[in-house]
Amino acid sequence: MTMPRLSIETLSAISLRDGNRPILRRVSLAVGTGEVHGLVGESGAGKSTIAKAILGIVPSQVRIADGRIDFEGRDLLSLSARELREILGRDIALIPQDPSTALNPARRIDAQMTDGLRLKRNLLTSEARRRARALLEEVQIRDPDRVLKSYPHQLSGGMRQRVLIAAAFALEPKLVIADEPTTALDVTVQKQILRLIRSLQERHGTSVLFVSHDLGVVAKICDRVTVLYMGKVVEQGTTAEVLNSPRHAYTKALLAANPRYDRPDTGLEPTPPEVVAALRAEIAAFDAGVMGSRHG
Amino acid sequence: MADDLLVAHGLVVSYGQPRGLFARGRSSATVLHGVDIRVGKGETVGIVGESGSGKTTLGRALLGLVNPTAGSVVFDGSDITALDEKARRPLRRRMQMIFQDPMSSLNPRHTIGRILIEPIILHGLAESQKAARGLVNGVLDRVGLSRNTVDRYSYELSGGQRQRVGIARAVVLRPDFVLADEIVSGLDVSTQAQVLRLLKELTGEMHLALAFISHDLSVVRSICQRVVVMREGRVVEEGLCERVFAAPAAAYTRALIDAIPLPTVDPGWLTSGASVEVAATA
Repeated sequence: MTMPRLSIETLSAISLRDGNRPILRRVSLAVGTGEVHGLVGESGAGKSTIAKAILGIVPSQVRIADGRIDFEGRDLLSLSARELREILGRDIALIPQDPSTALNPARRIDAQMTDGLRLKRNLLTSEARRRARALLEEVQIRDPDRVLKSYPHQLSGGMRQRVLIAAAFALEPKLVIADEPTTALDVTVQKQILRLIRSLQERHGTSVLFVSHDLGVVAKICDRVTVLYMGKVVEQGTTAEVLNSPRHAYTKALLAANPRYDRPDTGLEPTPPEVVAALRAEIAAFDAGVMGSRHG
Repeated sequence: MADDLLVAHGLVVSYGQPRGLFARGRSSATVLHGVDIRVGKGETVGIVGESGSGKTTLGRALLGLVNPTAGSVVFDGSDITALDEKARRPLRRRMQMIFQDPMSSLNPRHTIGRILIEPIILHGLAESQKAARGLVNGVLDRVGLSRNTVDRYSYELSGGQRQRVGIARAVVLRPDFVLADEIVSGLDVSTQAQVLRLLKELTGEMHLALAFISHDLSVVRSICQRVVVMREGRVVEEGLCERVFAAPAAAYTRALIDAIPLPTVDPGWLTSGASVEVAATA
């Protein structure tokens, strides 16, 4: 891999509300140019916190305690709000999880799609609209003129997600954060949306950090994967390595819990208690080590 | 094949029919267009479909929670659509439901003990509070919750624990039929595995008939014997899981199965397969 586009180094975060409980434990990962990198884990694993840290929107009760987020040679954590705003939208864009709440219900699609083009690319309204229309065509919306004139509630969930993908790719960002972008969608729509993200990403050479709880989705769209448990990286590698020959017992347990229609007699294996105990011990030892080094 | 327990025939459900002067111009939407479905005694049947397929409405109609515009729902010989509320009451105990979101289906102001005991007393399954408590302890043991859960409130429990309470509340009444509507869709896979295993064991032990509504075909394949595939208010395919998953007869079923991403690396998958026409509007 050449110089990664995004490089997260020893990122640590704590919850101030919960007795300074660690929520990210020295997470390091790199997303290469043109790579789709999956971030998987169950609830509480810290996937969203990482995404939010990149976007500079960690909630007030969360404090980044340590680490760097290098994007094209700059540490995003050290930038002022103004400098970060400059980069967001233009170089880094987000595809949100829930297409029903991410769009302003009171504005038409064209107004929402042209904002960034006008403000960050200094396009005239007419040029921005032409560009928005072309983008909607690129995400295979057949009647872009009607969609541009619509309000979000007039569109189906799948259509809204297409609009949000078009908007995310509008400024040709270098990095797209996709936060569970298909969780709210039906499977047939999900497949189309995944196909769309992958083809846009390939065409534009975009790097994608793809947050998901679904190993199946990750298997189909990601080049590399980071598996998280309680804010700690338990396994990292190419998608094929991680899914075909997982090294960590937790990754194996996640795969074994997944029901599969092609193997009805396997799946539904709850995580073995000894695996949970070992994970807890690993976390406790890690926290003790961090505390020890801090005091020593 | 098992004897029939629940048989619905020609179910039509329409919402929002114009009524009177002020409702003029409101068009009615038909959600179910003549659905036939049967659930045998002790049989587990999956009802699958995407959003808008009518699966939730079908489930509600099977329990008599929605009055169909046309058609019948016969439970153990009696047509519940023809019964008034009073006549349905004895059947209520025998037909139970587990909800998608136990956070909103469990009263946050009642302890778990009260939530479990009240229906037992109401349906006359225990002579005294003490006897009811005995039944509650038994069912808590069975679903893998500690007995002191009775003193807790739903918001103090994890998602998986809440769903166990939902299952306990349904099965403690010794029903013959349980409807489960998307009961694992908000859970992590490891918790999902535990809840599904529990439900599968209970249906076997109690000879319980189960209608399991889900958008997740892999989940249905893992716990159901038969599957009914719905699309836009109609049944497009029905049959034993083994057969339907191995050789789907309907193109739509094939497309649904093809769209499931298995956790295997398969570079051709994304661009493969027939795509299903997606509705453009809400």
